[in-house]
Amino acid sequence: MTRQMTGAKMVVQALKDQGVDTVFGYPGGAVLPIYDEVFQQNDIRHILVRHEQGAVHAAEGYARSTGKVGVALVTSGPGATNAVTGLTDALMDSIPILVISGQVPTFLIGSDAFQEADTVGITRPCTKHNWLVKDTAQLSQTIHQAFHVASAGRPGPVLIDIPKDVQFATATYMPPQSIKIGHYNPQVKGDLAAIAELAEAIEEAECPILYTGGGVINSGPGASQLLRELVEATGIPITSTLMGLGAYPASGKHWLGMLGMHGLYEANMAMHDCDLMIAVGARFDDRITGRIDAFSPNSKKAHIDIDPSSINKVIRTDIPIIGDVGHVLEDLLKVWKSRGRKTNKEALSKWRAKIDHWRTVDCLKFDQGKTIIKPQYALQRLEALTKDRDRYICTEVGQHQMWAAQFLRFEGPNRWMTSGGLGTMGYGFPASIGVQMAHPDALVINVAGEASWLMNMQELGTAMQFRLPVKQFILNNERLGMVRQWQELLHGERYSQSWSEALPDFVKLAEAFGAKGITCSDPADLDDAIMEMLDHDGPVIFDCLVEKHENCFPMIPSGAPHNKMLLGEASTKGAIETSGAVLV
Amino acid sequence: MAALHIKKGSTKHSAYNLRPTFSDVQETHTLAVLVENEPGVLARVIGLFSGRGYNIESLTVAEVDHQGHLSRITIVTTGTPQVIEQIKAQLGRIVSVHDVHDLTVEGRSVERELGLFKVSGTGDKRIEALRLAEIFRANVVDSTLESFIFEITGAPEKIDAFADLMRPLGLFEVARTGVAALSRGAE
Ligand SMILES: Cc1cc2nc3c(=O)[nH]c(=O)nc-3n(C[C@H](O)[C@H](O)[C@H](O)COP(=O)(O)OP(=O)(O)OC[C@H]3O[C@@H](n4cnc5c(N)ncnc54)[C@H](O)[C@@H]3O)c2cc1C
Ligand SMILES: Cc1ncc(C[n+]2csc(CCOP(=O)(O)OP(=O)(O)O)c2C)c(N)n1
Repeated sequence: MTRQMTGAKMVVQALKDQGVDTVFGYPGGAVLPIYDEVFQQNDIRHILVRHEQGAVHAAEGYARSTGKVGVALVTSGPGATNAVTGLTDALMDSIPILVISGQVPTFLIGSDAFQEADTVGITRPCTKHNWLVKDTAQLSQTIHQAFHVASAGRPGPVLIDIPKDVQFATATYMPPQSIKIGHYNPQVKGDLAAIAELAEAIEEAECPILYTGGGVINSGPGASQLLRELVEATGIPITSTLMGLGAYPASGKHWLGMLGMHGLYEANMAMHDCDLMIAVGARFDDRITGRIDAFSPNSKKAHIDIDPSSINKVIRTDIPIIGDVGHVLEDLLKVWKSRGRKTNKEALSKWRAKIDHWRTVDCLKFDQGKTIIKPQYALQRLEALTKDRDRYICTEVGQHQMWAAQFLRFEGPNRWMTSGGLGTMGYGFPASIGVQMAHPDALVINVAGEASWLMNMQELGTAMQFRLPVKQFILNNERLGMVRQWQELLHGERYSQSWSEALPDFVKLAEAFGAKGITCSDPADLDDAIMEMLDHDGPVIFDCLVEKHENCFPMIPSGAPHNKMLLGEASTKGAIETSGAVLV
Repeated sequence: MAALHIKKGSTKHSAYNLRPTFSDVQETHTLAVLVENEPGVLARVIGLFSGRGYNIESLTVAEVDHQGHLSRITIVTTGTPQVIEQIKAQLGRIVSVHDVHDLTVEGRSVERELGLFKVSGTGDKRIEALRLAEIFRANVVDSTLESFIFEITGAPEKIDAFADLMRPLGLFEVARTGVAALSRGAE
C-alpha cells in the first residue's frame, strides 16, 4: 500500500512501520514539521530530554537492553553537534541507533544559514553510515534502509539529515516491504572448513579458554544460549570483556570473571597460559591485550567475528572465522558433536585445577573497616540486596565502573549498559532513562561516580517528567577517582585537577527536582539506606560517601604482561615506569 | 616516543603499547574500489585514510557505470602487509563500497597514468625537449614559440622518468591524473 504524504509524516509513519515505540528527542526550528506530526499521533512516545547528548545515550540504553534500534530526534546545528558524543560512543561499542536531525532547507544549504552545520560531514567519521535526504521521494526508503544498516552485520549508529523543505514537501510513502535494501548484506554463516578446524583444536587443547565479548550480546539472546551450551558441553573455562558481561552467567561453574586491565587474576592468568584461545565477538582491545608481544604467547588463536576488520587488527589469528556468533556457534556445536563430542578430559581437569589455584588468590579482596564505606563494599551490598530482582545496571565511567564490573554479577545478556570503547562520562544516567523506558517495571540502577554523574545531571528533569524510577547510585569519593589513581601511580602523586570541588548537596539537589535524595556514610547504615532507595517508587539520588583514596585493583601495570598484575596497594610501589605514561 | 627512549617495536615500557609484532616490510599496493556514486562517498574513503593514518600515494575516481551509478576509485597505498589487510577490510565495511580488489595480489595488472607537462625554453633546449618527447611517445598538445605542453601516458615510473629529463630543459608545470588500473586477462 502506497500513499501520498509529507516528508514529516513519512518520518513518523516509517518509524511506526519499523516497530518503534519510543523516540528520545529535543525540538528546534529545523524539525518543527516532524514535531507537529509527533503531536498528532499516539503510537510513538516522545521522551523530551534536557540535552541532545542525553537523547542519544538514552537511545543507546534502550537499544542495548532490548536488542532493537534506538531512535533519537534532534534539530539542526547545535542539536546535531550535541549528538556527536553519543554517536561516537555507539560506534565504538557497536550499538544500533538511528539519529534523525533536521537541516536548513535545501536551498539554503551552504549559505551559513541560521543553525546550519554540515551535519553529514561532522558525523561521517562517527556513524556507520549517514544520509542527507534532498528529495522527499527518497525519504521513506532511506529510513527503512537506515534501520537495516544500523542492525545488520556489526551494528552501529546511523544518522539521517532531513532539510526542512523536504519535511514539508509531499511524495509517495513506501512501506518497508516494498523497498530494496541494497547491496549491504554482511556474511553471517562462517566457513565450515575453519569451523571444523576449530572443532579439532577444541578436541586437542589442553588448556583452552573462551574469551567472549560484546559481539555475543550483539548477536542476540540465541547466541548467549548457544555459548552456554558450548561451555557446558566442553567444560572450557570462559572469561569476558567488559562489553560481554552476562552472555555467560556469573553463577556458571566455568565462569572466570572479567579479564583485562582491571580484570580478575584468574581470568588474566588463564589467558596468558592457555594453549587455545577462542575469541568470540571480541576485538582484542588494548585494555585486554596489555603488552602485545607478551600477550598469551603460547596459544593458538581462533577468532569469530562478523567484521573482517576486527580480525588480525591487533593480534594475529590462526583460525579466523568471519560470521555471526549465533550462526557460527550453532555450526561449531553441530560439527563438534558429529565428530564424537571429544575433549582432552584429563588435561582439562588439570587446567581447571590450576585455575582453581589462581582463584585462591582472591584478587578482589578488600578491607572493610568499621567507619568508612569502601566502594567495593557498597557494590557488594547492592548486589546482595538486588540480585533476585528483575534488574538492569548502567554505569558512568571511572573506578566505580570497574568495581561494578567486578562486584555485580550478571546472569543474562542485555542487562549491563556501560560505555566501554569511548569511556564517556555522562553516559550512565541518560542510558538508565532509556533502559527504564524499555522496561517500565524493572529495577534500573545507574552506578555512578559523582564527577561523571554531574556531566548529564540535567536529565533528572526527564526522569521526573516521565516518572522513571531510575536509581542513581553514586559512589562519591569527591575525586575524579580513576584520574587520581593514574596520577598516584604514574605522575608522582601530583593530583592535578582531580578533585571534585564545590559539589552540590545531592539530597537537596534531588529535592529541588522533586526527586528523593538519600545520603549514607556509615557502613552500618548501608543496607537500610539501599532498601530505602529500592522501596521508593520514583527516581532516587543515592549519595554514598565512600573512601576517597581507594585504588581499583587488580590492575595490569605499564611494562608488564598479563601474568604480572598488581593486586593491591603493597605491590604498586615503583611498579610503573614513567615512560609508560605516554599511553592512555 | 623517541624522547622517552622507547625503541620502535619495543613494548618494554608499557602494558598498553599497540604496536603489533607483525612484519615491518613496507609494500606498495594498488587497490580498485567499486563504490556507489553518491554524494560524500569520496569523503568517506579519504576520511578513512586520514582518520586511521594510512598513506595515499595516488587516487583517481570516476563513474564507470552510469546506469548502475558505480564509480571506481583506484588507490595506490603503502604499508606493512598487516596494514594493507586492514585497509582492505576497513574499505570493505564502508556501506557504500561494493567491492575491493587488490590488483597487486590478484594476478598481473595494467597501470596507466596521464601527465601534462609544460616546458618552456628556446634554442637547443627546446629542440632537445621535443626529441625526448618523441622517444617517450609524448604528444604535443599545445605550443607557442617559447613553450610546449606534452601529453604522456604510461606507468607512473615512465612519467617520473620523463619529468626528470624535462626538468633541466625548462619544465615548469605538471599535472598528473593519478593511476588507473585493471587486472590483466579475460576476467
Ligand atoms: C575506564 C575503563 C577501563 C576499562 N577496562 C577494561 C578491562 O579491564 N577489561 C575489559 O574487558 N574492558 C575494559 N574496558 C572496555 C574496553 O575499553 C573495551 O570497550 C572492551 O574491552 C571491548 O570489548 P569487546 O572486545 O567485547 O568489543 P566490542 O566493542 O563489544 O566489539 C564487539 C566485537 O564483536 C564483533 N561483533 C559484533 N556483532 C557481532 C556478531 N553478531 N557476530 C560476531 N561478531 C560480532 C564486532 O565486530 C567487534 O569486533 C574499559 C573501559 C573503560 C572506560
Ligand atoms: C567525557 C569524559 N571526560 C574525561 C574523561 C576522563 N576520565 C576518565 S575517568 C575520570 C574520572 C571519573 O570520576 P568519577 O565519575 O567521580 O568516577 P570515579 O573514578 O571516582 O569512580 C575521568 C575524568 C572521560 N572518560 N570522559
